Amino acid sequence: MRYKCIIAAAVLFVGLILPQALFAQEDAEVPDSLLAEVQLEPPPQPVVTEGVDRPNDNGHKLTVKWKYPEEGVDLIEGFEVYRSMSPDGEFQLRGQSPADYFEYFDIGGVDKSDPDYMANDEDYYYKIVAIGKNGVSSESEIGGPFQTSGQVFHTGKIPVLIGVVIFAFFTVYFISSAKKGKELYVRPLAGIEAVDEAVGRATEMGKPILYILGIGTAADIATIASFTILGRVAKKVAEYQTDLIVPCYEPIVMSIAQDVVRSAYLEAGRPDQYNDDMVFFVTNAQFAYVAGVNGIMVRERPATNFYLGYFAAESLILAETGNSIGAIQIAGTDQITQIPFFVVACDYTLIGEELYAASAYLGRDPLLLGSLKAEDWAKGILMVVFLIGVLTVAFGWDGIRELVRVNL
Amino acid sequence: MAARNIAGYVVLALIVIAFAISVVLKGLLLTVGAFLTLFIFSFLYKDNPYYKFAEHLFVGVSAAYWMCMGFWGTMVPNLFGKLYPPMVGGVLPALKDNPAEFHMVIPLILGIMLLMRLSSKAGWISKWALAFIVGTTAGLNLVRYLRSDFIQQINNTALSLYVTGATGFDLGATVSNIVIFIGVMCGLIYFFFSKEHKGAFGVGARTGIIVLMVTFGASFGYTVMARISLLVGRMQFLFGDWLGMIR
Repeated sequence: MRYKCIIAAAVLFVGLILPQALFAQEDAEVPDSLLAEVQLEPPPQPVVTEGVDRPNDNGHKLTVKWKYPEEGVDLIEGFEVYRSMSPDGEFQLRGQSPADYFEYFDIGGVDKSDPDYMANDEDYYYKIVAIGKNGVSSESEIGGPFQTSGQVFHTGKIPVLIGVVIFAFFTVYFISSAKKGKELYVRPLAGIEAVDEAVGRATEMGKPILYILGIGTAADIATIASFTILGRVAKKVAEYQTDLIVPCYEPIVMSIAQDVVRSAYLEAGRPDQYNDDMVFFVTNAQFAYVAGVNGIMVRERPATNFYLGYFAAESLILAETGNSIGAIQIAGTDQITQIPFFVVACDYTLIGEELYAASAYLGRDPLLLGSLKAEDWAKGILMVVFLIGVLTVAFGWDGIRELVRVNL
Repeated sequence: MAARNIAGYVVLALIVIAFAISVVLKGLLLTVGAFLTLFIFSFLYKDNPYYKFAEHLFVGVSAAYWMCMGFWGTMVPNLFGKLYPPMVGGVLPALKDNPAEFHMVIPLILGIMLLMRLSSKAGWISKWALAFIVGTTAGLNLVRYLRSDFIQQINNTALSLYVTGATGFDLGATVSNIVIFIGVMCGLIYFFFSKEHKGAFGVGARTGIIVLMVTFGASFGYTVMARISLLVGRMQFLFGDWLGMIR
């Protein structure tokens, strides 16, 4: 009987007390879950304020802006920006923005085949989602419609327009002056004064002249200037009946160079001496071209080498080989990084703009002389504006710098 | 002459033997690369048949390579692939469903006009295409250079010649700005072609050329360092990849 009582008490304990204890434990968890619900409160909602078309472009880009309460910034990781073409449509994630930055620059595709394409003059709707640090987010109301559009005129480039107009005015003025016969003075350039001497030396030695137009395209200004000098050199060569070798890097350059040399021979009254093989294509791989031209130098041993045009890393290799064969060398390029190599390895070097001046000086063409004069005047204006800028900055006014600031 | 010929044959035989051994030990491509490098280097001694061989191979292969690149890298995707996309579907499947861009007929016509120079009678037509290419590029470059070399130049060099910082007068920045000011002004004077470099103008021009030469000297040293790194690269190829002496 005594044992029965003990067993009954144990069963009672297990059946009544234990479940109560367990329930009591569950009850104890309630405050924790309540606490969790307090922590999962969503962050404040962003408010989409405007969608602004980015100015001075071809469209397809839009800046969307929103407001967000300062106290909410610390509660969020950042924002997600969604876009749709209709308020009821599917919104697609466009990008993210940090918590303290309340705008997003939406760059759409320009090409219609681009899945990211963003059409100009079409309505777009935006939705901003603030991502809370607790993992809970809050969405803004849908903002829009916003549109993006292209502009014809880039207002940030007005200083460039003014510069082009001034330069064009000077160019036209001086060209017309030169055409009317006005004498336009260009100071002598040592390298160009030496051209006749160099051609004469080659003639006396019975050796050819090597003319290298560089590795630029026919549209590079340095190459264009070089064509004019080539014309002058070829004319002298034709008069003196010396051989001319013009290895070309670019097929179009070769084509123009052939025309230039042919015209020069014609002008010198010796068209019969011209043949297309004087001007030939080597290759348009930079160092293969160098290898080829170096080979020509050591085999043909020209008395005079001209390196005039656009040059890159091959400049020193060419000039050094030319130096090793004892040729008179006249070089000129507008590539600042290559000029030092020509300075050390050549007899005369036309530095930068001197190359353009040389073509005008030799050609005496009103177009070239007028352009050169216009450049000089532009440089004069540059110096004056520069001086005024320095003086005004000294007096604490930054207006000149702001006036010429180009916003791309 | 006979002795010279014999020496030549001996050198050739040695090269052939070394080449054969190297092919067995290192493989064909590595050996060919190493020998072509040595052939090109042999130019430092003097012009020789090995250099000529490497030079002609280099020129020929590169010309052919760039011709193929021009065709497959430019004409196929940018001309045929845009004028009639299904035509290139076999080689560039990504392009075959693109809409045709008929304005690409313009470069096609310009290209054909350029090729007209092969004809003795219609050669003059090529000049129109050349004029178009040269003119448009020069025009575009005018605006670009005017912006970067002219307008921006003023903005970047109109600096204060007396600089004060948080701690007062900043000597370093002041000297730097003065050097920039004098350097740019004198550089511009040097490149002024309408006036002879005499008197005060001549002093400015001479200062300008000194500034330019100092700049060129710095640029020279910098570029020579880059060239030496190229030489080191070749040496690593020869002594590391090929001979295995550098690990």
